[in-house]
Amino acid sequence: MQTQDLILIYEGEFTQDITKAVLSMAERNMDSSGEESSVKRKVFNVMVECLQNISKHAESFDEKSKAKNNAIFMIGKQEKEYFITSGNIVRKDSVDSLKNKLDKINSLDKSGLKELYKEIIKAGKLSEKGGAGLGLVDMARKSGNKLKFDFEPVNQKFSFFSLQTTIHRS
Amino acid sequence: MDTLNLEGTEDTPKVILDKENGIFELSGRSLPEDSAEFFQPVLDWIEEYSNDPNSETVFEVKLEYFNTASSKLILDILSDLAEIEGTTIVWYFHEDDEDMEEAGEEFSELVELPFEFKTY
Repeated sequence: MQTQDLILIYEGEFTQDITKAVLSMAERNMDSSGEESSVKRKVFNVMVECLQNISKHAESFDEKSKAKNNAIFMIGKQEKEYFITSGNIVRKDSVDSLKNKLDKINSLDKSGLKELYKEIIKAGKLSEKGGAGLGLVDMARKSGNKLKFDFEPVNQKFSFFSLQTTIHRS
Repeated sequence: MDTLNLEGTEDTPKVILDKENGIFELSGRSLPEDSAEFFQPVLDWIEEYSNDPNSETVFEVKLEYFNTASSKLILDILSDLAEIEGTTIVWYFHEDDEDMEEAGEEFSELVELPFEFKTY
């Protein structure tokens, strides 16, 4: 049987303060378990991009709700890997472009990802939301693995977007 | 010219820009919520400095971590520095941090500036 330790699971609103708290708890957990510093850095890196993507892009599907950026974030550990998983609501009209971006990222190898990163950073200006458009590319690069994702329709207007990044230990 | 001195926090880097003493340093962690806002004073300082720079500018980058939004702003900083004659970037990385080494190499490919790589 596969055993998976959940290090942390958080559901609710995502802000920079929550991001910092989640990062600090996960870091402490990895420190106390004596994780290798190179693995720790990669996990930290992927967590930051994932958490900041959520706080920039998650939509609230109850438009009357005051809580913005509601989402779920999870970090788990198995014998050989860490899993960083997030789930959040996105507008249906942004699903196609997001899916195309993820498919493109997953089609590229290490050097292809490097070129894509350089292309985006050279051309790029920060978006209105302050993103560089590099987060997903960076998650794929730092993890060295394909990004697993899924879109589930919620209603006419929204879909649930889930994303999982795997980081090998050692 | 005034010195720009920003204490590092858990999500913003330490910045020292000191023309008089020839200290130009960016270190620590950079993952601010709004990286454009955070780095604006740095870009403003460099712009003013470029009007009357020292004959030599050794800009030290000793970042433990930066997010992708910061990387865009770091490229902006480096691009501005590339306009200043006599500028060298010293890029520090932890000896087992290949990703930070590679990040420095990529920046060096994107701007016309001499880079020196050092481990710590």
